Amino acid sequence: MTSRLDPQPLEWLDRSETRSFEFEGQHYIGFAGDSISSALLASGQTLLGRSFKYHRPRGAVTLANHDVNALFQSSEEPNIRGDVTPLAAGMQLTACNVNGSLAKDRDQIIGKLSRFLPVGFYYKTFHKPKKFFPLWERLIREKAGLGRIDTGWSVRRKAKTYGFCDLLVIGAGASGMQAALSAAEQGLDVVLVDENPQIGGSLDYQLVNEASAAVVRARLKHDVQNHTNIRVLPGHLACGWYTDHYVPLLGPDGIIKMRARAVISATGVMEQPAVFRNNDLPGVMMASGAQRLVARYAVKPGQRAVVLTANSEGYRAALDMVKAGVDVSAVIDMGSLAERGVWADELNALKIPVLERHTVYEAQGKEQLKRVVVAPFDGDKCDSRDAREFDADLLLMSVGWAPAAQLLYQAGGRLAYDSTLEQLLPQELPNGIFACGRLNGAFTLEQRLADGERAGAEAAAFLKGEPLIPALAACRDTQAHSHPWPIVDHPKGKNFVDFDEDLQLKDLVNAAKEGFDNIELMKRFSTVGMGPSQGKHANMNGIRVLAAVTGRSIDQTGSTTARPMFHPVPVQALAGRRFRPERLTALHPWHLDNGAQMMEAGVWMRPEFYGRPEERAQAILREVQAVRTGLGLIDVSTLGKIEVMGPDAGKLLDGTYTMRMSNIKLGMTRYALMVDDSGVIVDDGIVGRIAEDRFYVTATTSHADATFRTLSRHIVEWGLDVRLVNRTGTLAAMNLAGPHARKLLKPLTDIDLSEDNFPYLGLQEGTLCGVPVRLIRVGFVGELGYEIHLPVDAALQVWNTLMEQGAEYGIRPFGVEAQRVLRLEKGHIIVGQDTDGLTNPFEANMPWAVPLKTKPWFTGKPSLALLKERCQRSLRGFMLPQGYSGELPKECHLLIDNGDIAGRITSIAYSPSLGRYIGLAMVDQPLASSERMFQVRVDSGALVPLEPCSTPFYDAEGVRQTVDLTEVA
Amino acid sequence: MPWRLLKYGLKSSHDEPRFFPESRPLKSHYDVVIIGGGGHGMACAYYLAKEHGITNVAVLEQGYIGGGNTGRNTTIVRSNYLTPEGVKFYDTSLKLFEDLSDDFDLNIFYSTRGHFTLAHTDSALRTMRWRAEVNKHHGIDSEVVDRDFIAKEVPYMDLDCAGHSPVMGALYHAPGAVARHDAVAWGYARGAYNRGVEIHQRTRVTGIRTQGDKVTGVETDRGFVSCNKVVSMVAGSTPRITSMLGLDTPIEIFPLQACVSEPVKPFMDTIVVSGSLHVYVSQSSRGEMVMGASVDPSVLHSTRSSFDFVEGLTDKMIDLFPFMSRMKVMRQWAGMSDITPDFAPIMGKTPIEGFYLDAGWGTWGFKATPVSGKTMAWTLANDRNHELIEPFRLSRFTDFDLVGEKGAASVGH
Ligand SMILES: Cc1cc2nc3c(=O)[nH]c(=O)nc-3n(C[C@H](O)[C@H](O)[C@H](O)COP(=O)(O)OP(=O)(O)OC[C@H]3O[C@@H](n4cnc5c(N)ncnc54)[C@H](O)[C@@H]3O)c2cc1C
Repeated sequence: MTSRLDPQPLEWLDRSETRSFEFEGQHYIGFAGDSISSALLASGQTLLGRSFKYHRPRGAVTLANHDVNALFQSSEEPNIRGDVTPLAAGMQLTACNVNGSLAKDRDQIIGKLSRFLPVGFYYKTFHKPKKFFPLWERLIREKAGLGRIDTGWSVRRKAKTYGFCDLLVIGAGASGMQAALSAAEQGLDVVLVDENPQIGGSLDYQLVNEASAAVVRARLKHDVQNHTNIRVLPGHLACGWYTDHYVPLLGPDGIIKMRARAVISATGVMEQPAVFRNNDLPGVMMASGAQRLVARYAVKPGQRAVVLTANSEGYRAALDMVKAGVDVSAVIDMGSLAERGVWADELNALKIPVLERHTVYEAQGKEQLKRVVVAPFDGDKCDSRDAREFDADLLLMSVGWAPAAQLLYQAGGRLAYDSTLEQLLPQELPNGIFACGRLNGAFTLEQRLADGERAGAEAAAFLKGEPLIPALAACRDTQAHSHPWPIVDHPKGKNFVDFDEDLQLKDLVNAAKEGFDNIELMKRFSTVGMGPSQGKHANMNGIRVLAAVTGRSIDQTGSTTARPMFHPVPVQALAGRRFRPERLTALHPWHLDNGAQMMEAGVWMRPEFYGRPEERAQAILREVQAVRTGLGLIDVSTLGKIEVMGPDAGKLLDGTYTMRMSNIKLGMTRYALMVDDSGVIVDDGIVGRIAEDRFYVTATTSHADATFRTLSRHIVEWGLDVRLVNRTGTLAAMNLAGPHARKLLKPLTDIDLSEDNFPYLGLQEGTLCGVPVRLIRVGFVGELGYEIHLPVDAALQVWNTLMEQGAEYGIRPFGVEAQRVLRLEKGHIIVGQDTDGLTNPFEANMPWAVPLKTKPWFTGKPSLALLKERCQRSLRGFMLPQGYSGELPKECHLLIDNGDIAGRITSIAYSPSLGRYIGLAMVDQPLASSERMFQVRVDSGALVPLEPCSTPFYDAEGVRQTVDLTEVA
Repeated sequence: MPWRLLKYGLKSSHDEPRFFPESRPLKSHYDVVIIGGGGHGMACAYYLAKEHGITNVAVLEQGYIGGGNTGRNTTIVRSNYLTPEGVKFYDTSLKLFEDLSDDFDLNIFYSTRGHFTLAHTDSALRTMRWRAEVNKHHGIDSEVVDRDFIAKEVPYMDLDCAGHSPVMGALYHAPGAVARHDAVAWGYARGAYNRGVEIHQRTRVTGIRTQGDKVTGVETDRGFVSCNKVVSMVAGSTPRITSMLGLDTPIEIFPLQACVSEPVKPFMDTIVVSGSLHVYVSQSSRGEMVMGASVDPSVLHSTRSSFDFVEGLTDKMIDLFPFMSRMKVMRQWAGMSDITPDFAPIMGKTPIEGFYLDAGWGTWGFKATPVSGKTMAWTLANDRNHELIEPFRLSRFTDFDLVGEKGAASVGH
């Protein structure tokens, strides 16, 4: 029976606050400061969960975030780790992964069948006959998995912060605290973190009853908490080590992304289980787990105990148990008393029998430990003929340690097996990474303090660039604290190496015999170390087993890669606050006020059309007609807008775009087509010349950032004297298009708009409505048009004036949809829609934009020179037959020629100006250059004929955009 | 209970045969040396032995079987590619996959789940339609579906994406599947080994010897072995091998990362990919959510993990699946992806006689494991590119005859 003890000197409980909660329908009461598991144990509930595969009864083992068989389910979260999750009032918990209830788990039957389920059994069966596998799979999936998700759970997010420090010390035990102090004394800005809610580490549970430790504890805690150079962060987990000492710290309020200049890992060691039959019964615990229970939570771990040990820690644990009122029946020492020094004498004084060179052969009990069977042990094998039994409800295992070296491994450190300590120890650490304490083989308190001091000094010297000879091994113990083979075989098995995954000794041995005799292969085949604790108490014994089976050393056997996270980290903390940058143009409020339907265009919002959703088609028609017959105004502020300045500006643009830009005349613009090295079209826009050494470049909305990056990169790569200013956000732009454009602008601007002064493709600066503007004569939509570029804060004023003054010409705002129709009537392409990831300018019918002969070099030219000869497809215009009224083809429907794919429609729309459906299609050769009808396959599978035709569909001579029709007329 | 399990239970000893051989000395000569013991290398060995009777073959693996990208990938198998060449090729692979458990007598947990590629923009939707049309033309089950269909199949997904970039539709590919990656490599390895192929783990190729323009053997960290033919199947290490021969390829190495959550009971039966959010997810048979994204932004020859990756991934993932914010990420890792400019592989003969290449598998090569093994084995046996891989020949980069799969492969893998 477990029960609550009287107050312990260092307990974490706040006994003034009781907390009631429910578990499996039963009512319990604990204290503030309890973990879920400790509160249950305090009430005598030792069965906390069921194992993953066989549904065996499991209890508390470590109380250190490794108890993955004591997982709980609430109505808010799955897989709650009871051993470390603070008890909250009102919790309603059930066990995780049980079929029925924890007490009556129907899946216990699987445990009975375990002999039929050898290692990797699922690879060897269930696949015949094939048609049954989905059924088996369903069953297997349902049995696997742990907690249950409620897909109705709402989203949770926790904000993240950034942190910076000189030195991050991870682990606030004796060596970590000493290391922090030693570095802080040298003037470093130190952050000291510990995953536990209180600092102190094992000082607070393993050395509670040692007078000498009390003095050290008091000094260290006081000093680190009061040192001006140390920030202490208890309750923060170092999730992992990432490049350049970037260590996210998970705390109760979210993640601090800590960037340190150096890191000390003082993360200690993780106690490892002994492997014997039924070593998983509730009541069988790590000695350190029992010590945590007593010291932190004031829980008496049992009434009658047996301690299995291979080190002096086990003796101390036995003494701690006696102090807590536990009746210790025997200490079973796998080695000899002679190695245990003073501790042996103390036990002796208490008349506690010690059995040397014995080990536990088997534990017995149904849902709770009842009896311990011990037998002589020669360091390798157990002689069960001489077995003896002890009644006990508690069995402590103190047989060895594995370093919590995950962060060191992630940083690229190398560990090697030390046969003195029988433990893996750091051998070679990368720059800026240090290790100290038990992780580094310093076991006595004196060693740990000295090692902390050393690591702190080494880190300080490193950061200050002072010479100091590292002495990683200086303070290591000279005595083993781990047994090299804490493992005994048993004919009936159930001697677990991995509690997470329910793997028995024979499973690993058999995996190795089947050829999975590489540590990684063994892991993958047997799943050892793949459970939620990521092998924290399985990997070391797994390595020992494999080494024994293969006759290799521990170092030759190696270990599996330790990947982040250190413990599983909540998604809500990783995701952080939601941040979706959304860009709105200066005219956005106007669009909304005027009935625009907005659409996302990359990060921007743009008007799709103006009007109610149900009258979409008419609205778009209206807008198109306004542009063709009167006036239209569109917000094009989302275009990329880049100023290019400097003596080499022309050179930069010549190299970046296909056509020559350095010879553009002042006050003129030119179409700008960008291809990549392989000749594929990636962007288009215009380049205008503002001064001898100054150009203005526009890019498409979606490619604006990429174009800026490309230009920036070219400046560096080509060593040019050019500066770029990205004005996409600071300048608004609108396109005024329609036959009356000039008439509207004339009275509002000081720029001479006459055809002579300001021809098609011209660019002029001046004022419009009193605002400084840049006007560009453009023709994308095929009418007389001016793009007006102006400061964002003046955009609304100018827009309003144009709308008011334009009323007499029937001006309308138009959106992206109308623009798509208008440009299609002109046969202009949209990069990314009419082109794809392989389209070159020849295929897009723009050979005129590729001056192979006259321009010595530009990006993509070598490719285009080759591609010109082998144009395999080309963009063609088409119309649906006059009067066609069947099923409409859609963009990306395929052209079919003789039963084969012969291209696809890239754009299609109804043209109000022509009164017909028109479109562009990327057509394969030879169909592209034939005059045959195309056929497109529509959704129903029917083939619809398309009449090929030349583009532009509308105003082929381009009269309307170059000439002011109102003046001609 | 299947009889095979009964048999295990009733036997007193575990006398299962080995999957792979114990370490042995290298012979001095092999007809074919395969560099790389990933899925591709093992599959090639298997088909060489099984279909062409060529068994004097050694697979040389620097680490352990399947320890490269084969053991790191997120195991999506599908054939809804964009180009006819790709569609035919991957569909052949998918069909082979479906029968692989039987072929091996080893359960590779091939699990048909249905594969959604979400479209959040009209341009994405256009690309989906293009893919669906090409797929259907080649008899592949692939269609553009609307929000209602998605809502029915994945009812717990927030189609409004928490208010930004709502899902507009999706490309749905019913045959999309996942499998146990390791088991695929092991099945091929066991099958090859049982047919006489030698598998040497912990054996690294350090050089390739040639005479004139012809391969004569390979240097390894265990000595030289002579051979007539060498095929490199090393995915992320391809540049290291090709540079031994001075052979130029346009392959660049980008890290590709993935992570898994703690296991939970099954709730997700489909595979969901969002190209716009750059995330994808499926639930493994163990119950873990297997999650990934697109490649890292810059070239790097490393398998280090980055924190940015999990941050970005989880942030987007819970827009689609809000309840997943209550789960935990358990483990993350990375592989080196060998990316080509057109997102299609490089396969077959090279300008060096006796040297064959199977590379450029980037983020999508797991699903090609069976077909690559089969066609490369054919190519080695016949010294002529198999017709299915002809479009993927190395020379396409100099002939400008690319196979544009970017639209179908960048996030979907
Ligand atoms: C995170 C991630 C997710 C992915 N997701 C998917 C997916 O969902 N679907 C999909 O289809 N694909 C996916 N892929 C891609 C897929 O994993 C790979 O394309 C595929 O596994 C490549 O297999 P391979 O056998 O060619 O290479 P690998 O499995 O990498 O094998 C190559 C082997 O060569 C060995 N080697 C290298 N150099 C030498 C040398 N000098 N001497 C000896 N041996 C050498 C390596 O150790 C390695 O074992 C993903 C990849 C990653 C990294």
